[in-house]
Amino acid sequence: MSDAVSPSRPLARLNPLKDQRLWALGVALLGASALFVFWGGAWRSAYILELRVVKLAGLLCVGSAIGVATVLFQTLTNNRILTPTIMGFDALFLLMKTILVFVAGVLALPVLGATPTFLADTTVMILATLAIFAAVLRRARHDIQLLVLVGVIFGLLFRTLAGFLQRLLDPSQFAIVQADMFATFSGMDQRSLAVAAMVMACFFLWLASRYAVLDVMALGRDQARALGVPYDRLQLQILAAIAALVSVSTALVGPLAFLGLLVTALTHALMRSHRHGLLLPAASLISCLILVVGQTVFERVFSLNSSLAVVIEFCGGLLFLFLLARGHIK
Amino acid sequence: MIEISNLSYSIAGQQILDGINTHLQRNQITALIGPNGAGKSTLLGAIGRQVDINTGQIKIDGEDLQNITPQDQARLMAIVAQHLHVGSRIRVVDLLGFGRWPHAKGRLGPQDHFIIQSALAQFDLTDLENRFLDELSGGQRQRAFLAMAHAQDADWLLLDEPLNNLDLKHGRSLMAHLRQMVSEKSKSVVVVLHDLNFTLAWADQIVAMRDGQVVFAGPTTTVATSEALSDLYQTPIELLNLNGHFFAQYHR
Ligand SMILES: Nc1ncnc2c1ncn2[C@@H]1O[C@H](COP(=O)(O)OP(=O)(O)O)[C@@H](O)[C@H]1O
Ligand SMILES: [Mg+2]
Repeated sequence: MSDAVSPSRPLARLNPLKDQRLWALGVALLGASALFVFWGGAWRSAYILELRVVKLAGLLCVGSAIGVATVLFQTLTNNRILTPTIMGFDALFLLMKTILVFVAGVLALPVLGATPTFLADTTVMILATLAIFAAVLRRARHDIQLLVLVGVIFGLLFRTLAGFLQRLLDPSQFAIVQADMFATFSGMDQRSLAVAAMVMACFFLWLASRYAVLDVMALGRDQARALGVPYDRLQLQILAAIAALVSVSTALVGPLAFLGLLVTALTHALMRSHRHGLLLPAASLISCLILVVGQTVFERVFSLNSSLAVVIEFCGGLLFLFLLARGHIK
Repeated sequence: MIEISNLSYSIAGQQILDGINTHLQRNQITALIGPNGAGKSTLLGAIGRQVDINTGQIKIDGEDLQNITPQDQARLMAIVAQHLHVGSRIRVVDLLGFGRWPHAKGRLGPQDHFIIQSALAQFDLTDLENRFLDELSGGQRQRAFLAMAHAQDADWLLLDEPLNNLDLKHGRSLMAHLRQMVSEKSKSVVVVLHDLNFTLAWADQIVAMRDGQVVFAGPTTTVATSEALSDLYQTPIELLNLNGHFFAQYHR
């Protein structure tokens, strides 16, 4: 009971800035980012540098969005194998986007710029998520199998509906939607990236003052409420945050079902803590690290531009099956 | 005092609490007894606002429960449910830390650490403080949650079958501890008990329930009769007087 310095010790004051593991992850990410940007003497060309910095920014946005969204989602659902994408959040985003494009086409609205489009997509996504998942989560919270089932069915339903609507689109409208349908890390739009980064910064600021109450929420609804936490209100707010973060990552690179799972599994293995003040930064750092290192290796070493998503999904998918088989639901 | 008037609760067309009128007194140990499915857990849940009542009113010290904020409620009452599980994988000492949430909001000070340490000692958990909850036996986990409720330092303690899983020694020490909290710290305790001998030995008041209704209520010494208890549980129960202490004989 003598030293209360290391944050992994129970009840010690939480100070993420004193955690060596977080520092190590940060330094590793910094190194990987430098490697990604400067590989092959890129400093000689301002053009290449700019391209790579934009891409790096995109990877960091997507990485932290997926890492944080998955940790939050697992806290709300009290489990460690579900991720927002497994539960169909990304499919919902694509459906909402398709509907917006479709409606805009029918009403012959002028085509909006990237920024308003992104904001409109995200807003509609948040509202739709709150409407659907809040209702479902409230009923199925205690039954993880039911939750998975509902998520999978909703995901299928959203995808099918989106597919149906996409057939009704004209080719130029379809191209707008198609860009978000498959996970690729190339061709991220600079302006949507800036907006995405701003949206995320807002949510992260909002989260930064709430990491302690998240620890209480992780105990479960009854326990948290008995301790005076306004659980239901916070749950809705966090669902909105998750929806926005999923919107960011889906809009930027497309659906990545299993990256979040990979990230949270590694995060829990590394941090061995229930504290969100440690889990959230660790998850976003690990997620960014996977993306940046992976992209460096695939793009620079193997010159394979589009394989990273496939490999991440393959590894994450295997892990998912492994966790399911081991019965590791918590 | 907790005053319950005309409290009814039904779920899926089934009447679970049916017009409950009773009161739970301050500074007493009140035993909530009755057969399985009587609605004891549901009543406790209604007082703790874990189930949303359909009709009726619950007042705590004259204040309608609906008008009390969740934060104030957490300082007013601590609940230990019948079925205990938490979502996250945490250590015993962290669980107790959460008990201080209503007071410290995650910023534990020296006073909070002192309370946590004394709760660990009270409930014989000091050796287990760094264990994860899922590495404990049922009784040890039960004690961890009781210690958390103790650390919450609320006026009212609502305990649902706390003797479940506890061995003789820890069961007895829990009841002695509750008695001490009532007499020395002016706490009030409502506890669901199944063992009539514990009820007879420790409870000041009894509220007996069956089929969602209160069958009888009052001071233990006056309401706990052989006839009333036999009728409540629908099984023969004899009360034996041994040196002025009553014992229930219902085993055979
Ligand atoms: N979620 C629920 N849905 C339907 N019935 C329930 C639910 N919870 C409890 N019940 C029923 O309510 C009655 C009272 O339950 P409970 O309060 O747990 O009884 P006790 O704690 O006295 O054993 C029982 O008949 C039980 O079957
Ligand atoms: Mg019960």
